[in-house]
Amino acid sequence: MYQTTDILVNETANDPMGQMVINVGPQHPATHGVLHLVITLNGETIQKVEPHLGYIHRSIEKMCESLTYRQFIYVTSRMDYLSSHINNHACALCVEKGLQVEVPERAQVIRVLMDELTRIASHELWWGAMAMDLGAFTPFFHAFRERETINDIMEETCGARLTMNYMVPGGVMHDIHPNFQKRVKDFLQLYKQKIHEYDELVTGNIIFQNRMKGVGYISPEDAISYGCSGPVARGSGVSCDVRKHFPYEIYDKLQFDEVLETAGDSFARYLVRVKEMHQSVRIVEQLIDNIPEGDFQAKTKAVLKLPKGEFYQRVETARGELGVYIVSEGGTTPYRIKFRSPGFSNLSILDHMTRGSKIGDLVAAMGTLDLVIPDIDR
Amino acid sequence: MNNEALQAILTEQVPDATFDTSGEWLNVQVSVAAFRPLAEKLKKELQFNFLFCLTCVDWKTHLTMVYHLRSTQEGHHLVVKVNLDTQQPQIHTVCDLWRTAEFHEREVYELFGVDSLQHPDLRLLILPDGWEGKNPLRKDFDDPVNMIKL
Repeated sequence: MYQTTDILVNETANDPMGQMVINVGPQHPATHGVLHLVITLNGETIQKVEPHLGYIHRSIEKMCESLTYRQFIYVTSRMDYLSSHINNHACALCVEKGLQVEVPERAQVIRVLMDELTRIASHELWWGAMAMDLGAFTPFFHAFRERETINDIMEETCGARLTMNYMVPGGVMHDIHPNFQKRVKDFLQLYKQKIHEYDELVTGNIIFQNRMKGVGYISPEDAISYGCSGPVARGSGVSCDVRKHFPYEIYDKLQFDEVLETAGDSFARYLVRVKEMHQSVRIVEQLIDNIPEGDFQAKTKAVLKLPKGEFYQRVETARGELGVYIVSEGGTTPYRIKFRSPGFSNLSILDHMTRGSKIGDLVAAMGTLDLVIPDIDR
Repeated sequence: MNNEALQAILTEQVPDATFDTSGEWLNVQVSVAAFRPLAEKLKKELQFNFLFCLTCVDWKTHLTMVYHLRSTQEGHHLVVKVNLDTQQPQIHTVCDLWRTAEFHEREVYELFGVDSLQHPDLRLLILPDGWEGKNPLRKDFDDPVNMIKL
């Protein structure tokens, strides 16, 4: 893993101009987690970016092999901790697919509401952190003002602010808090009053635009080949929203647009995420007054046993396509489980998209991949 | 393209392939030797341009490589499976066809010990130095110090 010095010695020996190797991380403010990048530079130009992973690898896939279908969902909140509802959702859906359980409509609506609130909260954090990476500190506080409101709503209903563990096979763990609808509506009102500040502070800022435009270009072909999904692929014009292409729960009955930008640079990916927040608000507005009455959980057995076979379920997290692949031997625990994490594939394009650009642009390019390291390491 | 048409084309290319239609998508099982030419055909002629999941399953008697493929233009899916020997598992890389395989094959290399032939940079990705030869996601892996089993 640490052949850094070897590279330095070998390549300086071959190249009289002198290459330099710089380590970014594992503790670095711009990587937002323990990501280690070994960057080979020629002057200021990036020649190679090598990610070194594993600093927060917990072997969740191996752990899940000894956990039951009710237990393993709680571990998955710790993968992409900014989309923990959506991770739980993917696992619950995959188990339900194996058991062929029909989820009550009330539970479906609550799940979609939670997913979309999570997506807004995740994009808020990314938006604040992205601006901070480029030197603007104020937007972070604006983003957190709204994000805290969502966290408070989550805390009231789920009892947690980050690792919610709210979705279980068959529905949700318990009913929503009596205040839930009122507080979400208050949040929507607050959000609409404040959203114009986002564009005024950051989007329209000429310094910000100059830093972002033309940086970290990804062509549509590369985005597909590298397995990119979510806003990273949609910034290059690749239509890949799982909610539209392979709808789950009630997404096919909802009115919302898949946000596409065609420029393929950092600014395009920025715009996709900002516009996605508006679409998520649209979904929440459609559902918040129309939560049907009924059960919040289907009746399931205390001990779940999936039939022998293979089950794959994908959902759209804030970062892209999360896949859960369960291989079952008919027991109470999965024989093998694989999480196709969106961040892992999105990270793989980092080297390709930054080669030849300046070291100063690295953070502007990397920031728009929206990397969450526990999601990559698992 | 529907599953029957796809199955007919694949049978023509690999006569001894076995199919499984019980799951959500068409599953095809091929030998190691037939895998690489099939992968090239899938990418270049059948528009399977998105490799969305690449993983391996340890069945104790053998390993199975699993490739989940999708076409973003046509929308069809295919799951390709290849059985490998547990002692010296080797398979030709596909990372020149689908670039995402580069990272995924490195992950499978360290967690299962599957050697991807012709891979440009097959090193440990997640595990620290000195883990070569110990493959944590194999069923027979046991670590007395850092217990993973609960």
